[in-house]
Amino acid sequence: MTSAHDGAHAPTGPGGSTAAGASPLGADDAARSTTAVESPSTLHDLEEAVHRLEAEAEHRPPAAGPTTNLVVATLVVALGAAALVGSLSLGVGSARTPGSGTWPLILSLLIVVLGLGLAVTARSTTDAERFSRSSLLVLAGLATMVVFVALIGTIGFEIPAALLAFVWLRFLGGEGWRLSVVMSLGLVVAFYLIFVAALSVPIPHLF
Amino acid sequence: MDTLAVDIAPVLDGFTVVLEPTNLLYCLIGVTVGMLVGVLPGLGPAATIAILLPITIGIEPVTAIIMLSGIFYGAQYGGTITSVLLKLPGEASSVVTVFDGHALSRQGRAGTALGIAAIGSFVGGTVSIVALSFLAPVVASFALDFGPPEYTALALLGILLVSTISSGSRLKALVAASIGLLLATVGRDAFTGGERFTFGNLNLADGLDFVPIAMGLFGLGEILYNLEERHTAAQAPMKVANVWPSRRDLRQSSGAIGRGSVLGFVLGILPGGGATLASLAAYAVEKRRSKTPERFGNGAVEGVAGPETANNAAATSSFIPLLTLGIPANATMAVIFGALLVIGVSPGPQLVTEEPELFWGVINSMYIGNILLLIMSIPLVGLFVKILRVRPAILAPITVLITLIGVYTVNNSVFDIVLVIVFGVLGYLMKKLGFDPGPLLLAFVLGVLLEESLRRSLLIFDGNAAEFFTRPISGTLLVVFLLVALLPLIGKAFARRRSAEQQNDTTKELV
Repeated sequence: MTSAHDGAHAPTGPGGSTAAGASPLGADDAARSTTAVESPSTLHDLEEAVHRLEAEAEHRPPAAGPTTNLVVATLVVALGAAALVGSLSLGVGSARTPGSGTWPLILSLLIVVLGLGLAVTARSTTDAERFSRSSLLVLAGLATMVVFVALIGTIGFEIPAALLAFVWLRFLGGEGWRLSVVMSLGLVVAFYLIFVAALSVPIPHLF
Repeated sequence: MDTLAVDIAPVLDGFTVVLEPTNLLYCLIGVTVGMLVGVLPGLGPAATIAILLPITIGIEPVTAIIMLSGIFYGAQYGGTITSVLLKLPGEASSVVTVFDGHALSRQGRAGTALGIAAIGSFVGGTVSIVALSFLAPVVASFALDFGPPEYTALALLGILLVSTISSGSRLKALVAASIGLLLATVGRDAFTGGERFTFGNLNLADGLDFVPIAMGLFGLGEILYNLEERHTAAQAPMKVANVWPSRRDLRQSSGAIGRGSVLGFVLGILPGGGATLASLAAYAVEKRRSKTPERFGNGAVEGVAGPETANNAAATSSFIPLLTLGIPANATMAVIFGALLVIGVSPGPQLVTEEPELFWGVINSMYIGNILLLIMSIPLVGLFVKILRVRPAILAPITVLITLIGVYTVNNSVFDIVLVIVFGVLGYLMKKLGFDPGPLLLAFVLGVLLEESLRRSLLIFDGNAAEFFTRPISGTLLVVFLLVALLPLIGKAFARRRSAEQQNDTTKELV
C-alpha cells in the first residue's frame, strides 16, 4: 500500500510540485503547505514538509531559468548521441548474438530519449539551481585540486597539500592569515605522520 | 525443511570471530570515525562511508567488514545528531527527526532527543538484525535457483525503484541511472575481450573503479556544493545537558520504538527509499495514534523515537536484498556493496552457503556495531557537539585532503585522484542541477551484472526477448517493473484531472 502510494506521489515527481505549482493553483497549494508545517499528518503532507525543510536546511538559491535547463538537456542528448556513435562502431550484433555494442546502444538510445524529455519539460523544471558569483568559489576549489594532482607525481604531496589547505582556509573559508598558515602546515605534518610514518603508504612524498 | 532451519554453528562461530579484541577495536574505531565524519554538516551516510572507504582497505576481510559496519552505524547516528542540534538532516531518512528533535533541543532537551534516538536506533537495529539472521538464509536459498533472466529482471526493477523513489525529478533520476549503466560498460568487454570507450587509455582498460566514483560523487561533490556560501549560515549548536532520557520519556516512547522496529524492518526490505519511507510512516503512525497529536512538532519524544527507530531498522533490513541477492536497495547500500567487493566479498545467494564465516561475520558485526553505537553515542555526544562548533571552513580542507590522499591509497594510483576530482565535479553539477547522484552510483554498481545477465539470457532464449515473460519469477518481476514504470504516468493524468476539477470548484466558489 505504501509503496503504491509513494509511486503515485513521488515527492517532486512528475505530477508533483513542478506541474501543479506552475498552475494557477499555486496559491491554493501554498495555503495547504503552510498548514502542513504545523501539523503534518498524512504521509503526503509529511513528504511536502520534508522537502521544504531540506530546501531550507541547504539554503537553496533561486531556481535556474529555462536556458540552463535547455543546456542541460542538450548536454544529455549530446552525451547519448556520442555514446550512440561509439556503440555503433563497437559492433551492434543482433538479439540472437548480442555484440559488444548492443547494450551500450540500448543505453545511448535511452539517454537520447530521456534528454529529449528534459528538453520538453525545460520550461516547467524548477529543481535546478541558478549559478551565481559564489559558484566561482567552486572553480577556485577545483583549481587547487587540479594543481594538487598535477604536482603530486613530481614533488610529492606535502607542498601541494599545504597549498590546497591554505587556499581553502584563507581565501575560500575566509579564515585569518595566521590560522591559515599554522593550520595548513599542521595538517601536512599530521598527514605525513599518519600516512607516511605510521601506515607507510607509498604516497609520493618529498621528505 | 533442511534449507529453512538456520544452522546455529556458523552463527556462533561468527560471534567468536567478531568478539576477538582486534575486531572489537576496529569496530570501535569504525563507529567513532563514522560518527565524526557523519556529523559534518551535509555529509550523509553514503558520503561518509564513501570518504572512509580507503581506511577499510588493506585490512583482513572479516576485520574490514566489521569496521565497515561500525562506520555504517556511526554515520547513521551522525546524521541524527545534526538533525537535532542544527536542524540539518544528514540524509532524507532523518529529516522527520528534525520536527520534534529540534523542537526538543530548543526547549533545552537536546540530550533527551539524542538519548532516545540512540536507544530507539539500538532497539530498531537489533530487532532488524535478529529478523535478518533468520530471513536472509531463507531468501538466499530461494535465490540460488535464479538464472540470468531473473537477475536481469531483478536488476532492472531495483534500478527503476531507486530512481522512482529518489529525491528529485524522476526523469533526471532515470538519466542519472542510464549514465551510471553506461559508465559500467567502460573497459574490457567480458564476452569478447574487446575494449569499449577506453579512448586508448590504459588506466581505463580494466573499467572504472567504484571507489573514486563513490568518493567523488558523494564526498567531493558535496564539499564543492557546500563551498557556495551556504556554510556561512552555520549556527552554533544548542547546549546538550542530560543525555539520559527520564523514565517518563522512556515509557512514553516505548510503544513508538516497538512499532517503529516492525515498520522499519518491513519497509526496509523494499528497494528504494526504504529508510526514508519508514521514518515518514513511523512519524505518521505515532501522530495518528497519539491522544495528544498537537504535541507533535512541538517536542514530542515519540516523534523522535518512532522515526529514528524505524530508519535504523530499515537501514539494517535493507541489507537483506544486498546480502542474499546481491542487489543493493539504495545509495548507501550501493556504497557498502562496492566496499564489500573491494574487500573481496561478493554479496549474493552463494555467500551464505559458500562462505558462511564471511556472511555471518557481516551479520554479527552488525550486532556489535549497534551495541558499540549505543555505548559510544551517549557518553560521547558532548564531544560531537564540540566538533559541530568547529567552523566548516576549517573542516572542508581536511575532508578534501582525506579524500584526495585516501583515494590514492586504494590502488596507489594518481589516476584515481584524477578520477575522484572528475566525479567530484560531476557530483557538484548533478546536485546543483537537480540530479540525484544515488541512482547513478547504484546503476553503475549493477551495470556489469545487468549487462552480463541480459546477454546470457538472450543467448539462452535464442534472441527471443518475449521468453523473459514465460519464466514465472522473471515474468512477475518484469510485470512489476512495467507497473512501476507506467503508474506515475497514470497518476499524473489523474492528478491533472483532479486539479482541473478543483480549479473548477474554486472558480465556482469565487463566483
